[in-house]
Amino acid sequence: MLTSVIVNAIRMGTIFLFGCVGEILTEKAGHLNLGIPGIMCIGATGGAVAVHLFGGKVSSPLLVLFAIIFTMLFAALAGFLYSFLTVTLQANQNVTGLTLTTFGIGFMKFFSKRIYDQKFFVSLSSAFKNLFGLEKNTNPFVQIFLSHGILVYIAIIVAIICAVFLNKSRRGLYLRSIGENPATADAVGINVSLYKYTFITLGSAIAGLGGLYYIMDRSGGTQIAEAPIDSFGWMAVALVIASMWKPLLAAFGSIVFGGLSILDAMLTTLPLDKQKIFAIFPYLLTVLVLIMTSVVKNKNNQPPASLGLSYFREER
Amino acid sequence: MNNKIALELRNITKRFGTKVVANKNVSLTLYKNEILSLLGENGSGKTTLMNMISGIYFPDEGEILIDGQPAVIASPKDAYRYKIGMIHQHFKLVDTFTAAENIILGNNEPYKLKVVNSRVKEIASKYGFDIDPQKKIHEMSVSEKQTVEIIKVLYRGADILILDEPTAVLTPQEIEKLFAVLRRMRNDGKAIIIITHKLNEVMEISDRVSVLRKGEYVGTVNTSEVSEKMLTEMMVGKKVDLKIDRVSVEIKKPLLEIRDLTVKSDVGTTSIKDVSFYIRGGEILGVAGITGCGQKELCEAIAGLRPIASGSIMHDGSSIVGMSTREIINRGISMSFIPEDRLGMGLAPSFSITDNMMLKTYGDGHGPFVDRKSARARASALIDKLSIVTPSTETPVRRLSGGNVQKILVGREIESGPNVIITAYPVRGLDINSSYQIYDILNEQKQKGVGILFVGEDLDVMLALCDKIMVLCHGEVMGVVHAAKTTKEEIGLMMTGSLDKSELKEYGKAKDSNLSEEEWKNAEKEMEE
Amino acid sequence: MSKIERREPLFHIVKNDAISFGKSLGIRIIAIFAGLIVVGILGMILIGENPFSIYSAMFDGAFIDVWTLLQNTALLLMFGIAVIPAFQMKFWNLGANGQVLVGCLASIACMKFLPVKFPQIQNWLLLLIMLVASIIVSCIWSVVPAIFKAFFNTNETLFTLMMNYIALTTVDYFVFTWDKTGSGTLGIVNLLNGQKGWMPDLGNKYLLPIIISIIMTAFMFVYMKFTKHGFEVALVGESVNTAKYVGINVKKVIIRTLLLGGIFCGILGFLYASCLSHTVNQQIGGLGFTAILVAWLANFDSVAMLFTSFFVVFLETGSKFISTKFQLNSTDYSNIVVGIIFFFIIACEFFIRFKIQINHQHQKTEKSEINAEKEGN
Repeated sequence: MLTSVIVNAIRMGTIFLFGCVGEILTEKAGHLNLGIPGIMCIGATGGAVAVHLFGGKVSSPLLVLFAIIFTMLFAALAGFLYSFLTVTLQANQNVTGLTLTTFGIGFMKFFSKRIYDQKFFVSLSSAFKNLFGLEKNTNPFVQIFLSHGILVYIAIIVAIICAVFLNKSRRGLYLRSIGENPATADAVGINVSLYKYTFITLGSAIAGLGGLYYIMDRSGGTQIAEAPIDSFGWMAVALVIASMWKPLLAAFGSIVFGGLSILDAMLTTLPLDKQKIFAIFPYLLTVLVLIMTSVVKNKNNQPPASLGLSYFREER
Repeated sequence: MNNKIALELRNITKRFGTKVVANKNVSLTLYKNEILSLLGENGSGKTTLMNMISGIYFPDEGEILIDGQPAVIASPKDAYRYKIGMIHQHFKLVDTFTAAENIILGNNEPYKLKVVNSRVKEIASKYGFDIDPQKKIHEMSVSEKQTVEIIKVLYRGADILILDEPTAVLTPQEIEKLFAVLRRMRNDGKAIIIITHKLNEVMEISDRVSVLRKGEYVGTVNTSEVSEKMLTEMMVGKKVDLKIDRVSVEIKKPLLEIRDLTVKSDVGTTSIKDVSFYIRGGEILGVAGITGCGQKELCEAIAGLRPIASGSIMHDGSSIVGMSTREIINRGISMSFIPEDRLGMGLAPSFSITDNMMLKTYGDGHGPFVDRKSARARASALIDKLSIVTPSTETPVRRLSGGNVQKILVGREIESGPNVIITAYPVRGLDINSSYQIYDILNEQKQKGVGILFVGEDLDVMLALCDKIMVLCHGEVMGVVHAAKTTKEEIGLMMTGSLDKSELKEYGKAKDSNLSEEEWKNAEKEMEE
Repeated sequence: MSKIERREPLFHIVKNDAISFGKSLGIRIIAIFAGLIVVGILGMILIGENPFSIYSAMFDGAFIDVWTLLQNTALLLMFGIAVIPAFQMKFWNLGANGQVLVGCLASIACMKFLPVKFPQIQNWLLLLIMLVASIIVSCIWSVVPAIFKAFFNTNETLFTLMMNYIALTTVDYFVFTWDKTGSGTLGIVNLLNGQKGWMPDLGNKYLLPIIISIIMTAFMFVYMKFTKHGFEVALVGESVNTAKYVGINVKKVIIRTLLLGGIFCGILGFLYASCLSHTVNQQIGGLGFTAILVAWLANFDSVAMLFTSFFVVFLETGSKFISTKFQLNSTDYSNIVVGIIFFFIIACEFFIRFKIQINHQHQKTEKSEINAEKEGN
C-alpha cells in the first residue's frame, strides 16, 4: 500500500516537477510566466503530433526521442512568443501569460482531437513507460526507484542539472543576477535580453515535457483533449513557491504534491467526499509557504527581487 | 607617458525625448595619470555625460575617442572592452550575492571563488582597500559597498575610472581613505574622473577641473591655478550675488519643539541621534548636512511617516508622537520633500494638476464625493499666482517641467494655510528665477508667523535666507548657528564633522518653551512607557 | 583595441507618455485587423474556405442569438467590474474565479438546505439570505490575500491564484458531500421543488444579468471617478509613498478595495445560483481570467470595458460558430482565435507606450554594422 502510494506520488509529481523546474528558470530570469499551464498543453500537443507522425514507423526509443524533441520544440516556440512579448515588447507579464494559457488550452483541445486515436496511442504508450522493464517486480526498492518511465528519470536529472547550473556555474550566477537586479546585470555587460530569451524559452521547453509525460506515460495514452493538463500546470506554478525557487527542493516537493493529489484515488476505503479533502492540501501548503516567506523575510528564500517587472534600460 | 590622452569627447549632445537637452556640445579631455573633477550643479548633465562614456546612454551627436581612436560605446560591455569602469552613485550590486560574486558578474571567467577571492585580496592590498570577498552585499555598510564597486572595475582591468559623487554617502574618515586610494591609483597610471559638486573635495583631490553648466561645457582649468570662488563662478555662470532678503519678524513662542529625538533608518541603523531643536513662529531654521546625514528621516519623523525610536516632538505644547500622518496634517504641519527624482513623494505624476491640488484635502466635507470643482478653482488660482506654465488645470503633472512641478507642490502646501512648513530641497533643479519665486513664497509665509524648517543643499542660499542653521553630521547635531554671524567655511567644517560646537554648548532647548521642565520630564517618562 | 568593430544602435526606444487618444485607438485597430488576417489565414489552412467567408460566418454567428450575446457580455463585464478597483491599485487580483465560485457555493447551500429546514420560507427572504451568504463567503476569499498583502506584502498574484484552486477543491468536496450518488455533479437544485431560491423571470430570462451589469458599471464608474474612496484607490495605485505622505491608511484602502471586489463577486455568485445555472460546478467562475484580459484591455476603465467585453464575447461567439458551421467539431477553436487576437493587441501596446527613433547618425557612419538586437532590450 505504502509502496504504491510512493510510486504513484513520484509519477504524479513528475508532471509538476517538469512544469516547476521550467518555471523556476523563467522566474530566475525575472519573469512570472502564467502561461506555463498553456505551454504544457502545447508541449503535449507537440508530443501527440510526433506520436501521430512516427508511431509504428520507427522503433520505440526513436519514437520517444522524436516525441521529446517535438514536445520541446512546440513548447519552446510558445515560450519564445512569450519572451518576445514580455522582453522585447515590454508587455505585462500576467496578461501575456494568461492569454498564452487560454490559447494553449484551446490549441491542445483543438488539434489533439484531430489526430488522436485512442487505440493507437494506448498501444504506443508502452514505449514511454517502464524504462528498465521491471514493472512487475514487487520488491519495494525496485518499485520505488526502478519501475518508472524514462521521463520520470529525465525530470529528476533536469532538476539536478538546474540546481547545479543555478548555484555552481557562471551562467547560473548571471541568470540569477538578472532576476534580482537586471540593471546591475546590464551594467556589467551581461546581455540581459539574450539571457531572458534563452532561459524563458528553455524553461518552457522543459515545462512542455510535463504535458508529454502526462499524455503518454501517466495516462497511458488514454486521454489528450480531455486531459486536465492546465490544472497540473497551476500546481507546478504553486510548487515553485512551495519549493522557494530551489530545484532540488522542488524534486521532493513534487513527490509531496503528487502524493496529496493522488491520495483521493488511493484511499478508496474512505467515502468520496473525505477523499476530496486531500486535493486541497497542495494549495493550502503553497499559501502557507507564501505567507511564511513574506512574514519571515529571510533574504535567501525570497522570490527574485525583480520578478514580474519589465526591464527598460533607459528608465532609471 | 605623462601627457598621454586617455579619453577625449568631442561635441557630445544628448537629448531625452524631444524637450530635454541633457548635454549640448560637450568636449572634454582626460589624460593618464590624472584625476579630473567634473564639476556642476545638480541637473547640469554630469551624470548623463558619464553614462554615455560607460555605455548606458548613446550620444545623439558627437564623437568619443579612446587612446586617440574613435570609439563606439553602445553598451556597458563595450565600455569594459575599452577599459572604462564606472562607479555609480547608486550602487549596481546584487544584494543577495557576495562581494566576490558581484565582482566576477559579467566577467566571463570561470566560477571559481577561491581564485577570485585571492585576486580580490591582491587588488585590495595593492591600493589599500579593506574587504571581505565572502560577505553578502545586504550585510554591508555603504562604504563597503562602494569598495566592492571600485574593486569590481579594477578587477576587470579598467584604466579609466569614473566615480559619480562617491563622497556623498561617506564619513569624513571614509572620504580620506577613498582619496588616498584614488591617489594611489592615479600614480599607478590610471585616468580618473570624479563627479562632485563639493568644492573642497575638488580642490583637495583633483589635478584639473572641468565645469558643466546646464548641460553645456564651460571650460577646464588646472586646480592649482584656481580658487573655490572662481570655480563657483564658472559653475553658476555669474558672480554669486544672492539678493535674498532676510525679512525680520517679531520673535514668537516656539511652535515646534523637538528633544532628544532618535530615529532609525529603513535598515535599522540610527539615522537621527539625540537631536534637539525648536522652531519659532516667523523663523526659518535651515538644516545643513551632506546627503544621507539623516535629513530625510528627520522630515519623515516629524510628518508622522516614520516611527521614532525615542524622544519627543511637541507642536504648540502638545505631543504629536504617535499621531497619524492625517492628524499631523490637520494640526497644520505641512511637509514637502523633493526627492532626487522630484516626483517620488508629494505629487502623483499621472494625476492632473487639479487632482494633485486636492491630494491632502480630498477627504474634506461630508458625503462620499470629492469636491473637484473647488480644487479646480484653487488650481487655476495657483497657476495664475505662481505663473505656472501648463496647457490646462487637467494636464497630468508629469508632463510639466521640473520648475512648474515644484511650484505646484510648494504652492499647494502653502495654500493649505499651515503653521509649520517642513520643506526639503524645494529648489532642487530649478532655474534661478523659479528659485527666487520659491524663496519669496517662504519669506511671505515667515512674515505670516509660520515656522519653517528648510532643508537645503546650497549653503549660500541658506546663509541668505535662514535665520538660524542647524548642522547635522551623521544624524547628530554639530551645532546651531545664526546665519548672519557665521561663515560658509564654519558650516562646511561642521557638516563634515571637523567642528563640533555641540561639545561646547547644549543646543535646542528654548528658554521660553511651551512646557515647563517638569512637563518635559513627564513627557519623557510617558515616552519610556 | 583594434579588433573592436564599429557598431551603433540603429534605433532608439524612448517612452512616449503623450500619445493622443485617436492615435492609440488607431494602433489598436490596426493590431486587431492584423490579428484577424492571421485568423483568416489559419482558417483558410484548417477549413479550406476563403478568409472572407470565415469573417462573414464569424459576424453572422455572433449575432444569431443577440440576447445570449448580450448576456454573455454582461457576465464578462461583471467579472471585469469586480476586479478593476484592485487592478487600479496595482493589486493583481487573479482570484475572481474563486471568489465567484465560493459565493455561488454558499448561495446553493442556502438554496438547497433552507427550504428543507424551513418549508414555509418566503422566496424573497430565501433569495436575500442567499445573496448575503454569497457576499460574505466571497469577501472572505478576497480579503484574506488583501490582509496579508497589506501587512506582510505577501505576493498577491500568487496568493489569489492559489485561492482559486482552494475554491475549486472546496466546491468539489461539498458537491461530493451533498451528492451521494458519486457522480460529482449536483444537478439543477430545486427544479422539482417549486423552484425555491430561483429568481423570478422578468419576462425575458436574459434581462436580469444585463440590467445588473449596467448598474454595476455605472456604480463603478462613479465610484472610481468621483468618490473619495476612488481617489484613494487611484492614489495608492499611483504611488504608495505619496499615499502615505498625504495621510492615507494604505492597509485600510487595500483591504477595503478588495472587500468591494468581494461584494461584486458575491453578487455575481448569487446570480449564477439564483438565475443562471441553479447549480454549482467547476465551470462557474471560468470567465475570471478572460475578464482580467478584458479589464486590462480597457485600461481598467469601467465604461471602456463595455466595449472590450462586448468585443471579446463577439469574438468568442463568432469563432464558436465558425467551428459549428464548418464542422470543426470543436468549440475550442474560439480559444485559439481569441488568443491570437489578444497576442496582437498585447504586442501593439508597445507602440503606444514607446516611440522608436531612428538613429540618423547611423546613416552617416561608414561601414557600421546594423545591430538591431543590441537596442532591443
